[in-house]
Amino acid sequence: MENPHNIKKTCLNDQHRLLGAKMVEFGGFDMPIEYSDIVSEHNAVRTSAGVFDVSHMGEVRVSGPQAIEMVNHIFTNDVTPIANGQIVYGMMLHPDGGTIDDLLVYRLADHDFLLVINAANIDKDVAHILSQAKPYNVSVEHLSDSCGELALQGPDSPRIMKDVLSLDVDDLTFYTFKITHLDGQQVIVSRTGYTGEDGFEIYASHELTVKLWQQLMAAGVTPCGLGCRDTLRFEAGLPLYGDELTDTISPVEAGLSMFLKPDKEGGFIGRDAVATQKANGPKRRVVGLELQGPGIARHGYQVLDDQGMTIGEITTGYHSITLDKSIAMALIDSRYAAQGTQLLIQIRRRTVPAIVVKKRFYTPNYKK
Amino acid sequence: MIKYLPTHEYINVVDNDTALVGVSAYAARQLGNVVYVEAPEADEEFSAGEAFGAIESVKAASDLFAPLDMVIIEANDQVLDNSRLINEDALANWIVKVKILDPSQLDSLMDQDTYDAHCAAEH
Repeated sequence: MENPHNIKKTCLNDQHRLLGAKMVEFGGFDMPIEYSDIVSEHNAVRTSAGVFDVSHMGEVRVSGPQAIEMVNHIFTNDVTPIANGQIVYGMMLHPDGGTIDDLLVYRLADHDFLLVINAANIDKDVAHILSQAKPYNVSVEHLSDSCGELALQGPDSPRIMKDVLSLDVDDLTFYTFKITHLDGQQVIVSRTGYTGEDGFEIYASHELTVKLWQQLMAAGVTPCGLGCRDTLRFEAGLPLYGDELTDTISPVEAGLSMFLKPDKEGGFIGRDAVATQKANGPKRRVVGLELQGPGIARHGYQVLDDQGMTIGEITTGYHSITLDKSIAMALIDSRYAAQGTQLLIQIRRRTVPAIVVKKRFYTPNYKK
Repeated sequence: MIKYLPTHEYINVVDNDTALVGVSAYAARQLGNVVYVEAPEADEEFSAGEAFGAIESVKAASDLFAPLDMVIIEANDQVLDNSRLINEDALANWIVKVKILDPSQLDSLMDQDTYDAHCAAEH
């Protein structure tokens, strides 16, 4: 366990406590898991809007004459074809194909990129990026400690961006961003998120992040904790680092091959390992499961074949709030990964039948 | 008479050797939205401290522990079918009705005041 004295706080920590949030340690940060309850916060995002403090996310800026080559060297996707103002999702890999982290890359300018990484991986990622950057003519700036971030998510978020925060977002489509100014300060506004709904992420100074948060609270926007962030992303089939992606799970195994560009110029770290997995088919795969009996499949529960032999384990499972059924994602032997395959999940002393289904349980509503 | 376990199960004694066992209102609040309750069949016997079932909320699964040596008379089907009732009224919506095998074991359980202090200390 972390030493409690080393737990970091985001710039909104006082605001969470003011709202009476239930706080937990996540990724080394003292974070709100819920303010009222997970179900109503989840439903707010699906039906109207909710705002999350995601200031715990890490930000690293890579700029300089060789920024494209440097980012492409550590990143599975390809930043060459994207325009300034576009964002691309992908991973950083170990040479064996295991995942160091999944991340967003923002192209700020021709030779200037912002990498947005997971809170729990900040130290590991920054060390990796710095060591890999050495041979390149780039500068690497670690901005996590000075950058606040809000995620406003849900179908009402475009209206709230305009009416409450005076941010015009009509020109933003999914996975694009712009740099604009509020109160004379620079902010980055992107049409991105982690909920399966339309929405925005706003990167700003700590001071401005607090101010924007307070404006959203005053306007009655629902504050949302990490609890519903997990139930929302799970329903949309989005991976969480630590569950569906880890140092020992590759993106091919996680079903994320579309974010790998093994044929791009120069390749990337881990390229050969994932190209081989992709060509031969991975031995394990992340699949969706729908339970056919009562119970909830939690992270780490064993998945069995219909003869009772262990073939994998649950990575995430919930009683889906939107779909009102018990579903899970699991990393299993790929011979059992075909949709419709009948499996069993060990839940305490019982086994519950489950069937392999698509892991995108809920169809996202993005503004493409 | 209502008594509690430190793990937040209550036992509501309705006559000499019959009692209703469920989770406390405090536990229900801590769990949040209860989505599923697992309970044993009638006639199953449990020793004090043994897991007899489980309660699941959106957030987490928790085992349910037997407050004392007991035999299941029946599970509350209404609660098994609609576990959210526990969030509405945890005391009215008991999980199992049991036969108490050794009433002297009630003496070692927490009374209301002791339990309230226990919950306050958890915060």
